[in-house]
Amino acid sequence: MKYICLIYADETQIPVPDSPAFSQMMSAYEAFNDEVRAAGVLVAGEPLEDTPTASTVSVRGGERIVTDGPFAETKEQLGGFYILDCRDLDEALDYAAKIPTATVGRVEVRPLMVLPGA
Amino acid sequence: MEGQLQRDLARVFRAEWGKVLASLVRSMRDFELAEDALQEAIVEAATAWSRPGAWPAEPAGWLYRVARRRMIDHVRRRENFRRKEPEIVSTILGDGAASTTGHEHEDHLPDERLRLIFTCCHPALAVEARIALTLHTLGGLKTPAIARAFLVPEATVAQRLVRAKRKIKLAGIPYEVPSREQWPERLGAVLTTLYLIFNEGYLASDGGELLRVALCEEAIRLARVVVQLAPHDAETKGLLALLVLHHSRAAARTDAAGHLITLEDQDRSRWDRTLIDEGTMILDDALAEKAPGPYQLQAAISALHAAAPDYASTDWPQICFLYQRLHHLSPSPVVELNALVALSYAEGPETALPGLRRLEHDGALANYLPLQAALADCYRRSGAREAARIAYQRARDRAENDVQRAFFQRRLAALEG
Repeated sequence: MKYICLIYADETQIPVPDSPAFSQMMSAYEAFNDEVRAAGVLVAGEPLEDTPTASTVSVRGGERIVTDGPFAETKEQLGGFYILDCRDLDEALDYAAKIPTATVGRVEVRPLMVLPGA
Repeated sequence: MEGQLQRDLARVFRAEWGKVLASLVRSMRDFELAEDALQEAIVEAATAWSRPGAWPAEPAGWLYRVARRRMIDHVRRRENFRRKEPEIVSTILGDGAASTTGHEHEDHLPDERLRLIFTCCHPALAVEARIALTLHTLGGLKTPAIARAFLVPEATVAQRLVRAKRKIKLAGIPYEVPSREQWPERLGAVLTTLYLIFNEGYLASDGGELLRVALCEEAIRLARVVVQLAPHDAETKGLLALLVLHHSRAAARTDAAGHLITLEDQDRSRWDRTLIDEGTMILDDALAEKAPGPYQLQAAISALHAAAPDYASTDWPQICFLYQRLHHLSPSPVVELNALVALSYAEGPETALPGLRRLEHDGALANYLPLQAALADCYRRSGAREAARIAYQRARDRAENDVQRAFFQRRLAALEG
């Protein structure tokens, strides 16, 4: 089963590049990537640029509206994701708990919908 | 004769429901299908078993076999069956070696209930959903009964059940006994669920009395099942001991009018000695595992109360010590309050009052009646009548139901009389 792990954290609390905390976080992510790759569960995974770079688009009555910023202003922002192919929810939760940001933020784990005939 | 048969049938269906369902879910991984099939098997059994000499030696095995056949029928009728047929039939048939022996009355069903309870109490399900699902699937309680016991609309319970089953299916919650690493966290979720089921029956003083007692008994029955399935887990036995010891006081907890009677005023001759002995034995057994935990501590406290001939001669210093250990293991203002009440009896109300006042100021228990009651009692016992009167009034005004209001009103009257 495929699960998406949506990584949320207060982006003002995320270490800035070139700081010791940043390189620590990066090596933690490298170790996690190595683990999920070696286990054969990694389908995809990417970090996102921060929310000031986000744009939101909607189309109403054929009219396109583009706004600056993320869809929802929340205390914790979506900062990255993994798609993992796991045996069951327990395995997915075990990996999600190992995502380095889980210790400061939260990881939402959702199954990807299986479409009929897919 | 007829009535006896009906009662026997009802008793067996109730007792075997969880066990049979657990095996059915295992073979198909589909709660809905398994429940429907089991329901049909029960209807069939009611007729088949009423013939003379037709009562099966292994009722669970009989129900499982018939329900499994119904599941196959259901799957066959599904539109897309043709495509999936070989796969599904092999899933159904693959697991049940016992049922292909042909010894219709000898097949013994392996107990899969541990999988079922771990799945129903998975931490990824909301607590209310866990409770409803556990009572429904393992306990065989129907939706209306659960709704009445928890004082919520039937539709709410039905929705909780549907959502929970949907999540188990779509989110891939496994139908498995957790691994050793996950065991403590997962068992904790199971025990919490059973504890909440019991408390719902034990604490709430409104609603159908009979249903509430049934809820307590169901929690105990389920706790016994878990102990039987995980016989060396200290906290599981601790929880069972706690529930049994609490339940031993059921008959003494309310008066004829349904008013709550505090531990202090209970008629101890109405405590159930058989349950006390049993609870104490289970507790000793739990403590022998040498893995102390919050449930065992609470059970030990309950056992000390049970052993005291009257309130005054309770071993308060020991109870105070146990509450302090409990507070250390799982800190909470409620436990702190209980420790202070024990302290007030062990060393006098004046010793406990500063702590009680601090708890009141902290605000976490601002609307918690037992805190107001404890404050009022300590004031009264230390001779501070005016402070006691104000505290009792405050408690009365915050009471959630008539029984509680009447209790504090009596205390007020006794103070002024």
